[in-house]
Order: sequence, then C-alpha cells, then structure tokens
Amino acid sequence: MSENIAQTSGSGKEPEMAIEMRDIVKKFGDFTANDHINLKVHVGEVHAILGENGAGKSTLMNVLYGLYRPTSGEIYVRGKRTEIRDPSHAIRLGIGMVHQHFMLVQPFTVTENIVLGDEPMRGLMVDIKTARKRVMELSERYGMAVDPDAHVEDISVGMQQRVEILKVLYRGADILILDEPTASLTPQEIEELMQIIRNLTADGKSVILITHKLKEIKACADYCTIIRQGKYIDTVKVSDVSENQLAAMMVGRNVTFAVEKKEQKPGDVVLDVRDLRGKDYRGAEILKGLNLTVHKGEIVGLAGVDGNGQSELVEILTGLRKADSGSVKMDGREVLNETPRKLFDAGITSIPADRQKYGLVLEFSVAENLILQNYKKLPFAQHGVLQKDQIAAHAEELIQHFDIRPANSASHPAGTLSGGNQQKVIIAREITNDGELLIAVNPTRGLDVGAIEFVHKYIVEQRNKGRAVLLVSFELDEIMSLSDRIEVIFDGKISGSVNGKDADEKELGLMMAGGKHEEE
Amino acid sequence: MKKNKILEGNALYTVIAIIIGFLVGAIVVGCGGLSPAAVYGKLIDGIFSKPKFIFNSVVYAIPLILAGLSVAFSFRTGVFNIGAEGQFVVGSLVSCVLGIKLNLPSWLLVPICLVAAAAAGAVWSSLSAIMKVTRGINEVLSFIMLNWIAFYLSNYVVNLKGIKADGREATVDILPAASIKFPKAVTDALGCNTFNWGIVIAVVAAIIIWYIINKTTLGYELRAVGFNKYAATYGGINSNRAIVTAMAISGALAGLAGATQILGNAGRIAQFAGQEGYGFQGITVALIGGSDPIGCIFAGLFYGAMKYGGSKLGMVHAPKEIMDIIMGAVVIFIAVAHVFRSLFYSMIDHSRQKKAAKAAAAAGAKHGEAE
Repeated sequence: MSENIAQTSGSGKEPEMAIEMRDIVKKFGDFTANDHINLKVHVGEVHAILGENGAGKSTLMNVLYGLYRPTSGEIYVRGKRTEIRDPSHAIRLGIGMVHQHFMLVQPFTVTENIVLGDEPMRGLMVDIKTARKRVMELSERYGMAVDPDAHVEDISVGMQQRVEILKVLYRGADILILDEPTASLTPQEIEELMQIIRNLTADGKSVILITHKLKEIKACADYCTIIRQGKYIDTVKVSDVSENQLAAMMVGRNVTFAVEKKEQKPGDVVLDVRDLRGKDYRGAEILKGLNLTVHKGEIVGLAGVDGNGQSELVEILTGLRKADSGSVKMDGREVLNETPRKLFDAGITSIPADRQKYGLVLEFSVAENLILQNYKKLPFAQHGVLQKDQIAAHAEELIQHFDIRPANSASHPAGTLSGGNQQKVIIAREITNDGELLIAVNPTRGLDVGAIEFVHKYIVEQRNKGRAVLLVSFELDEIMSLSDRIEVIFDGKISGSVNGKDADEKELGLMMAGGKHEEE
Repeated sequence: MKKNKILEGNALYTVIAIIIGFLVGAIVVGCGGLSPAAVYGKLIDGIFSKPKFIFNSVVYAIPLILAGLSVAFSFRTGVFNIGAEGQFVVGSLVSCVLGIKLNLPSWLLVPICLVAAAAAGAVWSSLSAIMKVTRGINEVLSFIMLNWIAFYLSNYVVNLKGIKADGREATVDILPAASIKFPKAVTDALGCNTFNWGIVIAVVAAIIIWYIINKTTLGYELRAVGFNKYAATYGGINSNRAIVTAMAISGALAGLAGATQILGNAGRIAQFAGQEGYGFQGITVALIGGSDPIGCIFAGLFYGAMKYGGSKLGMVHAPKEIMDIIMGAVVIFIAVAHVFRSLFYSMIDHSRQKKAAKAAAAAGAKHGEAE
C-alpha cells in the first residue's frame, strides 16, 4: 500500500504525514538516550523502529507518547507542530501505545478493561451493554477475536494483547505504537498479530512497530528506521534490504545467523527420563508417560506448542514441581522429586523461561545474583559469613568475560539492567556453574540479534565441552539451528524424534500438531 | 553526582516528612485554639531542657527500638510482622513471671529472663509462620488474632494466684535480681531512676541484625526469599524454612523488647484495658528508620523522645494525642516519599531546561550579531 511513498516531494501524490519527529534529543542527566533522531511516518504505513536492547527505541516512543519531554527537537502530528504534554494529550491527538508489558486489570472482564477510563455511562452507572457492543464492533472490524465477557486473568497472552490494541482503538487512536508486541507471543499468535496489523493499515491507521525481530519487519513493515546507541542510523524501505543488511545496520557489524557447530559424536547418557507422569497447576494430568534421554556432548531440542507439558517437565527436572510417577536419572542415579538444591548438586543447571520470576532476584545486585546457587560455598562464604571481596571479584570477572553492560554494574540491582543484559547475567552464572546438564528454556526470548548470537554461542560451547544440553524453545528456528537431535512433545509425550540435520520445518510443524512421524 | 546521591537516598525524605508532620500537628493544635509555638516549645523543653529528660527519653525509646527492629527485620525478609504487639506481650509476660518466680542470682536470672522472652516471642510468631507455609494463611490475619490471644493470656496470667499483687490489678514486682536497671549510684547521678541496660541491648541487637542481614549467608537467604521466593527456590534455598526462620527472629526481637520494658522499666505487668501498642509503634519506627536496623536506633530515639515529651503536654493543656497525630502524619509522608522525589527531579529537570534554553538563546543572539 505504500509503494508510492517516496521521500521525494512535489509529486502531489505523497500520502499525508502522520507523524514527524525532527532532531529529537533526550538526555537523562549525562546520558543521552536519543541523540538527534528523525522519524517520518505516513498515514497507512507500518513503520518499524529497529535497534538493540537499550538503543533508545522505547525512549523515543515515550517522547512521542508524552511520557517524556524531549530535551530538544520538534514533533509534528499530521503536519502541525505539537508539544505533547502527557499521554492523555497524546491520546487526544490520536496516538495510542501498546506497551510491551500489558497493563490490564486482571480480575476485570475484557470489556471492562477496554472501556476503563472512558466508559459509556447511563446516569451514574456504567452502560456495560453499550460498551460490550462497541467492543464487539471494533473486534469484528479488525478481525481481532476476543471474548468480551472473559476475565483477563483467564485469557491467553495473545488475547490479552488484542485487548490492549482494542483499548487503544477504542480511544480513537489512528497512530498506534506497538512496543515489542511479539516478545511474549507464540509463533501462531505472531502470525495472527501480523494479520491484525495489515487490517489496521488497510483501514488507514498508521502503525509504529518497535522491535528487534528482523523477520517480522520483513513480514509486515513498509519502512524501517534504525537506531544504534541512541543515534539515528538510517531509514530504509524494507523491500529494498535483506535481513542481513538490517542486522548489520542495527549492531554495526556483520552478524552470523548460522551457528557454527563442529561434528561431534554424543557420549554416554546423562539424563534419562522414563515414563514420567505429572499434573499441571490445575491438577490435570499433563505429562502422560514421557520418555527422554540426553547424552553427553549433544543438544537435544524439545519442540512443541506451548501447553503440551514442556514447562511441567522442566519444573520437575529442576525441583520446582513434583511428579506423580516415573523415573528421572542423572548419570544413572535416581533423582526424581528431589529438592532444587539436590538436583543442582546432581549436575542439573538451567536457564529458566521466566528470567524475572525464577532467574533473578531483581532487587539483588548483579554480584549477588551471580552467586545464587553458590552463596554458601567457598570462596563466597566462610563460616556463614559472606566474603564481599570474593563475591565482587567473581562478579567483575564474569561481567568482563560475558560482556554484561554496563561494565560497572556489579553493585547495581539486576532489575536496572536491560532484558538482554539480565539474560547475560543468568547465562554467565549457569555457564560458570557448568553442570553436567544444561536446560535452556526459551533462552533468547525477547533478546536482540546480538544477544541471541551470544546466547547461542555459549549453549553450543557447553555441548562442545561435552556437557548435555536440553533446549526447550517455542522458536522453531532456534531449535532447528542448534539441536543435534529434535524431540517433539505433544500431549504430554514425545510424539516423534528427528535428527537435527534432517529436520524439516513442515514435518516438525505437523508433529507438533499431533501428526505421527513416519519411522522408516 | 553528590546532589543526586542525597536525592536518591531516604534520609532527606525522612527529614522532610518529619517537618511536614510537625506542620500538620501545628495546624491541628492551632485549630484546637492553642498556640503551636507554646505546645512545641513545651515539647522541646520537656525533652532537652534537663539531662535527666534526655535519659528518660532514652528509656522510653528502648522497647520502641527493639520493636522497630523486629518489624524492620520482617520487612527486609518479605513478611509484615503486624504481630509484634502480641510477641511483645508474651515476651514481657514470660520475663515477668520468671523474674517473679525464679530465685536465682542476677547473673543467671537476667540472661534466663531475656532468652526466655525472646524464645516466647519467637514461638509466638512461628505459629503464624507455620500456618503461612503449611496452610497458606496470610500472616497479617493470624498475627492480628494472636495479638488478641496474647492480650487475654496476659490478663489471665496477671490475675493468677501467686502472681497477682494484693490490692492492685497487676502482678507483684519482679525480684530485684531480675532487674536490668543501672546501679542506684548511676541512676541517681543521671537523675533518671529507670535508666537501664536495655539501651545497650537494643543497640547491640541492632548491630547484630544489621550484620545478619547484610553480611551472612543467612541474611542472603532471607533477603532472597523476601524479594523473590521463586528465584530463591530455584536457586536451591528452602524458602519455607527461610520464612519461618525470618519470622522467628522477628518475633524474638519483639519478645526481647517486652522483656526490656519489664526488667528495665515497669518491673511488673498491669492488667490491660487495651493493647499497649508497642508493637504497632514498632511499625512506625521501622518505617521512619527506613527498615534499616541502624536507622531504627535513631527512629526509636525520636519516637521515644516524642512520647516522653508528649506526656508533659498536659501542662500546657494540650492533649498528648497530638504526638500520635504528628507521628501518623510523618508515616504518611514517608510512605509518599516518591512523590517528593519525582517533584525534585522534575524541578531539577525544569531548571536545567531553562538554563539550556537561555544558553541556546544567548548563542543564537551572538550568532545573529556575527552575521
């Protein structure tokens, strides 16, 4: 739809400008988050903003949404110079923002959440019928299926996101800012979101997409503005550039997508799971006799659609959940339903799926987080007293070796780091723990290209060192590029197994949906 | 840089909250038709005008510091010890009964009373802890219920034969050997006959608690569980055990607070008509002290002085409840400290922007001249 949006003027055909940001500078103290950034978004266009974690994308959008005042620079909304005072002003200007972390009231229904703050009234009462009708109209118009009466706490992440988008549309936005919208979605949900974005632009809305996922930019954006370390790099027409070119502009060097992996014969069995049965949080049986082995020096990828028992399997293996029956052996020793501590001592280390819930104590300093399993051991503690110098030295060493930024972050609370650097802290800790088995669950979720490359490098390095690796991921690409062997989990059991080299996306997809793999 | 440190820290906002608390108090006093200057003058006079007043303030502060420490410790480990009141009561009860009944030499009796009181407080709060970890019962509810159980238990024991004194609604006095008052020569010299070793106990306890929280593996465990139970469990910490340990230590401190009040000051327990409130005042102390053990020493001294000074306000016909209003206002304004913080930051931002605009204008003017 934007084939003719050339940056040349005077043709008379140029679509109207929705947003123009000129020379935006935003400083926080001595730190310059945005350094003379320009952005032009036309009506009906999907404009991606690409940059690594901490490049200044979110800051720029918060300036546009009125959360921050720019230190200098000008903003034009539909050609008119505007000073956006606060978010409610931005909303009146037709700018809406969907944040990466959803801001919904969990016990409220979908309808209640959408109309919250702008409720249709009948006298003193909220007119929930009219509200519901309007929500349904919007949802049908843009092909966003939501259950208007469901409580938000009961609906899937994908639907929650649709609720967020509807919330913005309900307020009459025609310029939508989507901040990392796919960070917590499954591949299917991402596909649906892409379709929703197309529906929106077809209706004349403009979408600003903040992301670091190149595939999605290629899939749905017309233009892409690249930001690196707070500086404006370029604005490109997406159809003119390759993913590799985009990646290079984003990180400022060439990035290798292919993971280098030397040929290696797997060794002895490290992890041996037999006939494992267990329940999910609701008490329904979700693991129904699962068998799985992982050998020394191999990466086993566990592919599957979310909710088929992979989370429960990992929780059982790391001691966070009790299994009903079956057997889990580490190096031949039975460790079923042991405590997290015993399992760790038996050699099971893990990169948890939810890094902020399980991986880190966000209020703890980086140095304290780096000794999470070893705080009682020498040299970090002696006679029950923490050895501050040793802990600090350990942190310095890991921060340097694993390039955790900022470099002086040892004493900073982990929560102040960017998502990518938080993940680096966990990787640094677990690689240093160096257990016989490393379980990595969605280890690159929400990370940018540079950080993904980094994480993959260390996972492969563990394998090359002769450690066993179990990789659980919803990103099929990741599973296919890293795994020596791929096991597909469906309905609480392994439904098929393929050699990593021979894996075929379609075949895997079929097995993930419950189709049988033909063993010949 | 230095300026930022002050703005980020808590001390500045605590001072601001205290000042506002006094302003609120002044308004209330004014509304009551009294002169704030006279009331506050009397208050300051009542605390500082004689050395013995200061010593009395310290005596008032002792149980408050320990109760504050109890609550602060619970805050740091992720639970809310609103049951310090009940733990204080069982601690004072146990130390009082032992101090009446055990005919032992002082060097043995005092430690027994203190340890038993701490143990009683620990057991009392452990009841809540065990209900929390085994049955998921919210500790706030069970703590408040246990406060009332302790209250009536105390009244029951106070009235038992052999403990109740004849002719008054209180226990007999504790044995002289159980007292932790300073020797008479010292208290006479200070002009404060209740000055006692409790202040040393409170300060030492604060230092020990500070050390445990910040320097030991136990403190690491308890803080980790307090901040994020899930990550702590993932890291191999037994979070249930940590919660029970944390709550027991918190209870022990409140029990100890009760003991110092009995052995150092009151010497007996009277039948309660209503809750005495030391535990609840401990919450105030912990909040003013920023949940920091050392901060609790100063916050406790502040509160103790206010209580002591406030008790003399009757002389200027002001109700001593003015103090409660002031302390309540202080806590509210500490709770909203982040409002002040963002206010300061936006003020700084604003002045910076103005400066930048001025500089830009000046530069522009110069540029124009050159052209």
